[in-house]
Amino acid sequence: MKKSRILMFLGVLLPLMLFVFPLWNITLEAPQYPTPLGMDIYINDFADANPHDIKNINLMNHYVGMKYIPDAIPEFKIFPIGIITTTIIGLLIAFKANYKWYLYWFILMAVLSAAGLYDFYLWEHDYGHDLDPKAIMKFTNPDGSVMGFQPPLFGSKDILNFRAHSYPQLGAYFMGVGMLLSFIAFFVGKKGK
Amino acid sequence: MKKIKYSILAFLGLAMVLTSCQPKAKTTNGALSSGAAEKVYVAPGEHDEYYAFISGGFSGQLSVYGLPSGRLFKVIPVFSQDAEKAYGYNEETKPMLNTSHGFVPWDDSHHPDISQTNGELDGRYVFINGNNTPRIAKIDLTTFETTEIIEVPNSAGNHSSSFVTENTEYVVAGTRFSVPVPQRDMSIKDYKGNFKGALSFISVDPEDGGMDIKFQLLMPGFDYDLSHPGRGASHGWFFFTTYNTEEANTLLEVNASQNDKDFIAAVNWKKIEEYVNNGGGKKMPSNYAHNVYDEHTHTATSTMKKEVLVVDPSEVPGAVYFLPTPKSPHGCDVDPSGEYIVGNGKLSADLTVHSFTKMISAIENEKFDGEAYGIPILKFEDVLAGTVSQPGLGPLHTEFDGQGNAYTTFFISSEVVKWKLGTWEVIDRKPTYYSVGHLMIPGGNSRKPFGKYVLAMNKITKDRYLPTGPEVTQSAQLYDITGEKMELLLDFPTIGEPHYAAGIAADIVKANSKKIFNLEDNKHEYATTNDNDVKVVRNGKEVHIYMTMIRSHFNPDNIEGVKVGDKVYFHVTNLEQDYDVPHGVSVIGANTSELLIMPGQTESFVWEPKQVGVWPFYCTDFCSALHQEMQGYIRVSPANSNIDLSWSLGE
Ligand SMILES: [Cu+2]
Repeated sequence: MKKSRILMFLGVLLPLMLFVFPLWNITLEAPQYPTPLGMDIYINDFADANPHDIKNINLMNHYVGMKYIPDAIPEFKIFPIGIITTTIIGLLIAFKANYKWYLYWFILMAVLSAAGLYDFYLWEHDYGHDLDPKAIMKFTNPDGSVMGFQPPLFGSKDILNFRAHSYPQLGAYFMGVGMLLSFIAFFVGKKGK
Repeated sequence: MKKIKYSILAFLGLAMVLTSCQPKAKTTNGALSSGAAEKVYVAPGEHDEYYAFISGGFSGQLSVYGLPSGRLFKVIPVFSQDAEKAYGYNEETKPMLNTSHGFVPWDDSHHPDISQTNGELDGRYVFINGNNTPRIAKIDLTTFETTEIIEVPNSAGNHSSSFVTENTEYVVAGTRFSVPVPQRDMSIKDYKGNFKGALSFISVDPEDGGMDIKFQLLMPGFDYDLSHPGRGASHGWFFFTTYNTEEANTLLEVNASQNDKDFIAAVNWKKIEEYVNNGGGKKMPSNYAHNVYDEHTHTATSTMKKEVLVVDPSEVPGAVYFLPTPKSPHGCDVDPSGEYIVGNGKLSADLTVHSFTKMISAIENEKFDGEAYGIPILKFEDVLAGTVSQPGLGPLHTEFDGQGNAYTTFFISSEVVKWKLGTWEVIDRKPTYYSVGHLMIPGGNSRKPFGKYVLAMNKITKDRYLPTGPEVTQSAQLYDITGEKMELLLDFPTIGEPHYAAGIAADIVKANSKKIFNLEDNKHEYATTNDNDVKVVRNGKEVHIYMTMIRSHFNPDNIEGVKVGDKVYFHVTNLEQDYDVPHGVSVIGANTSELLIMPGQTESFVWEPKQVGVWPFYCTDFCSALHQEMQGYIRVSPANSNIDLSWSLGE
């Protein structure tokens, strides 16, 4: 088998690791939590980084009127279907199609990932800004607007007494490497031509 | 006259000027210049190196301090009610203080000892004795709570306790006072020959730590003072000091101090265990409480046991011997190798050390010097390993550093003396302030002491602390023993009487310390683990409130339909699942104490309202920004009212 095709196979299969490892993680650090509170986001679930973390995040957040982190969101149904679909498409490409399609698959994945990130941003924005009007504590920004508690999409940020960190996890890295491999496969295929 | 006054004033003024001009070098002297302060300094955010479990003596409790800082971390209620933790007040722990004499909410807690595996501290449990109404308690070091108390029948003044064998096979409970066995109405004058001293061997289940009296050895009617297990070669033996071998029953300070030598009783418990396992001993009717706290139901149960197995030592030849020891020995201490048995004869000028090897060969050669009540007495010279001569006045207790050195406290001369095993020479002595009783080296009662510090526990502290009325705090003193000479590092005050202590490296214990109780594992009979299940139920004159608490409210927080004369049970579950977030609750006029409920735990208290009204209840532990809002009301109507029970939250 051609080298490019092997690479493509590998690249297509790697995103399946999202069913095993988390996609993203949000961690909240504060002095009163020697073990920080953390939430792992899988493609089909929110999970405690340490036992009861989500419950305790909810308890903290209710003071400023944030909603409880939902048990499920519609994305948890859509994302797995998306991953399985792109994997099937990718496998078909790897089996049948010529190297140019490797690039199309890469672009498809890139577009979908960007859409996923944007969706994640919207969810975070809603989670951090749609506050209960009866909230116990109200904070405003220096300009007088109501303070939001949106965690960063990527990176670290101070939110009141917490420092929030938001970073991709192993699942996301597998997907990234998979996409990179498909991209390389395209070039290897092109060279081999 | 006036002139004199002025000149005195002038002189004082001059003196003040002069002294205030003095360079201020003096403040850098003392402890600081020797680095003592640095050695006990534990920077903010850092942990101490050792846990010290120091008994509370007449407070009936066990305190937890950090070493080297001397900071108090916790007072664990054991034998005494403790309003701070609701221990002995709430429905869950009241059974822990049940005895054959009824509810006994106090004791005199003396000698803690830490569980061992292969002769080394394993940090699972601490055992401690109740002296006055004989009991042995077990404290679980995952929760630092008392989880089991067993009463010891046929005993009185449970003093030579609670020391463990090297795999925690047994905890012993030796009686200080001999008493009639079984108890009966008889003349005290007939003490001699008729009273018995019970040495109880309490087995500890290797899996769950469950305690049970395996057998009691009914010894002659002496007073049994302290004890220590053998280890290494002497594992399988237990050694008990005795006094009042005269068997006096009055004015003991004189009458029990006549014999030049008393005994250390050497008990081959393995031999007796074998005898008992083969059907030996006899079952004797008895009545004693066995109280067990279950971590899943968060509730204790008390069972009355009806018999105990007793063994007459004369019926097990070769199991018990007496080692003559001068003079009214107190501490009975075995060195980490198991070879040396130190008898701290408190009225003796010397310190007597016996040799286990010599003891065995004397037994094999049957070199006896008579017998007492069928128990062979060995010849003093045949078992003596050596004598530390004239080391101080009133030796009480010896501990070992694992480097071949021993450290003995001297009560009368108020000092700690370091001496060498084998050569018996005194190496160093340091004063204590004052009247030192016992001392502790972490791991001292094990094969592997952590020989870095010694802690002396003192009775009298007249010039050490700010006065607090006629009673001044008792205290502990910490010495660095890493060098040839001991160095006093720190004084710190203690609760009750710091009678005895056990210490352990913090790393062995702290990783296993529980942070929360899992709500899913809460099997309490009245637990409410879900807000949908809160309710108030009437059962005749009893009202049961199934309540939850979480930052920062109770559910329900408005309750109506309770009547004067009802017996109202608050069963409160803390729904938190976060480390170190307990909540408290109490209600006006409660005759018990508040409840301090850990995350995931359920506790109950009884309230018997006697007055009509609307009465508040509130959280007693500052728990969050909205702690002050964590409150509710309960309406109490007249006894003949017909208001139905109702309850609500947020309406
Ligand atoms: Cu509270």
